[in-house]
Amino acid sequence: MGFLQSIKMALRSIQGNKLRSFLTMLGIIIGVSSVIVLISIGQGTSEAVTNQINRLGTNLLTVNVMDTDVVKLTQENIEKFQKIEGVKAIAPVVSGRVVAKNGNTSTQVALMGTTAPYQTVRDAQVSQGRFLSDIDVEYRQKIVVLGANTAQTLFGMDNPIGKYVQINGTSFKVVGVLASKGGSLGQNGDDVMVMPLSTAQRVIKTTNIQTLYIQGKSADQLDQVMGLVQRVLMNMFPNHQDSYSVFNQKDLMDTMSSVTNTMTMMLGGIAGISLLVGGIGIMNIMLVSVSERTREIGIRKAIGAKRRDILLQFLIEAIVLSSLGGIVGIMLGFAGGKLLAAMAGITISYSFSVSLIAFFFSLVVGVVFGVFPASKAAKLDPIQALRYE
Amino acid sequence: MTAPIIDIQNMTKTYSLGGEVVKALQNVSLQIEKGEFLAIVGPSGSGKSTFMNMIGCLDRPDSGRYFLDGKEIGKMSDNELAVVRNEKIGFIFQNFNLLSRLTALENVELPLLYRGTKAKERKNMAYECLEKVGLADRAHHLPSQLSGGQQQRVAIARALVGNPPILLADEPTGALDSKTSQEIINMMKNLNEQGHTIIIITHDWEVAKQAKRIVRIQDGCLSESRGDFVGIPSID
Repeated sequence: MGFLQSIKMALRSIQGNKLRSFLTMLGIIIGVSSVIVLISIGQGTSEAVTNQINRLGTNLLTVNVMDTDVVKLTQENIEKFQKIEGVKAIAPVVSGRVVAKNGNTSTQVALMGTTAPYQTVRDAQVSQGRFLSDIDVEYRQKIVVLGANTAQTLFGMDNPIGKYVQINGTSFKVVGVLASKGGSLGQNGDDVMVMPLSTAQRVIKTTNIQTLYIQGKSADQLDQVMGLVQRVLMNMFPNHQDSYSVFNQKDLMDTMSSVTNTMTMMLGGIAGISLLVGGIGIMNIMLVSVSERTREIGIRKAIGAKRRDILLQFLIEAIVLSSLGGIVGIMLGFAGGKLLAAMAGITISYSFSVSLIAFFFSLVVGVVFGVFPASKAAKLDPIQALRYE
Repeated sequence: MTAPIIDIQNMTKTYSLGGEVVKALQNVSLQIEKGEFLAIVGPSGSGKSTFMNMIGCLDRPDSGRYFLDGKEIGKMSDNELAVVRNEKIGFIFQNFNLLSRLTALENVELPLLYRGTKAKERKNMAYECLEKVGLADRAHHLPSQLSGGQQQRVAIARALVGNPPILLADEPTGALDSKTSQEIINMMKNLNEQGHTIIIITHDWEVAKQAKRIVRIQDGCLSESRGDFVGIPSID
């Protein structure tokens, strides 16, 4: 018997029992759609986290100095890092907390003194005005670039460009406002104030650079660059390895993605179980169907159906049920994901391969749970089956 | 003389029913020539059904030999038996045994489906057979929309469609009234005149005596009576 004919026959018997077929499919539909929705959420979260980390700057190495008394990084000795192969740019940062005032409004902010490359290294975009330039650093200009929140707090809706803020009694001209980055990983990137390194060193009365951002040219070279940076630091400050740390952004990314991947797997696994339960539902219904149609099987066998024909008929019926459920489940999963994204504001990311896998899994469920009832049908003795009432 | 189409030699079949061994067939021998119209009569429990299952290749004998169209059935696998049933035998059942979800035409097509005939050819052949039994206009009706006699005619069409050498009818009139029964019997007589070998299994003497040859089965043993039936009491 032809394959197409078998499918037609299967569709027919599914049609003959619409409600039951639908309820059977429901298990698969729920299984497949929940696999898709949950994995979409998992992948969306993973993507969102990756994006957030990347927004801190790409190919980034961070040198944190814990003990500035022994590890004294200065404008001069950080030049050595610039010469390391694979390094694109470096940005030294001195930081402290200051109170900034505009008239009667005052706010405590994190002050960062840095150089012009900071903009590219940390991927800091300005929404208004400009960022620091080399000349500002060189001439110790009394200017600041405000973080988005700082600008909001001090100036409200007014345009702060060209206005002045007071820090410790000195006026600083606002030349730019940073675009909002949003908070991530416990840091708020918007409650800041950036000024030229040389100026900041005066304001917070320290010449010690606490943080050095190093941007690599490519992600592949980053590990190598990190090794070289560590070697330079070791030569510079022998026996003080505990006083500084070098931190690779890729490590953070790897950690985060392993966390989100585990989450995705877990969600997918839970949804997979419901798919399995749906499969058991199919087996159950197919078994009922076989015993209901014992007589039909007997008739078919009497007029020349081979075992294989009967096996195929019931197997295809199970597969058609499960794959129809799979298709509806995929559509429902997409719709459900969209709805969830719109209503709960969750980032979701559909993946074609996951849909395909979910669909194939539903097919496999159909085969696995269809084989037992189908072989039961195929093995029926035609005489007994014909006598069956 | 050509070899008989059915040649049964010393066939024995026993089976256990609730721990009791039933000898359904004991050393049964029977030869049927091509073109015969044979009735097998016997009361219920006589081994009639077992015998029909044997002839119909639904079962294999314990001992003895059964040649159908020159091939020995006892040694065949289940799949080979299915092929034989499909090609050599047309079944007609007491309760019609049509598939209720399929239309008359589709029911008739079924044997060809398992034979692997192409869809178009299948449809044409099925249609022809429905025409033969006078039901061409009911081709797209479901069995439930047909009367008993019509359903049995569809079943006959289904038995005919594969053009098998043997038509095996198990109590074909058992579920029909006497007028319709006679129609069905007439149709079978017609088919026999056209060259089909017909075997009817029945307990109805009225049906049996219209056959050209009558074989009696009782307690698993076969006996044949030819010629004059007058004086033989009804088996009922």
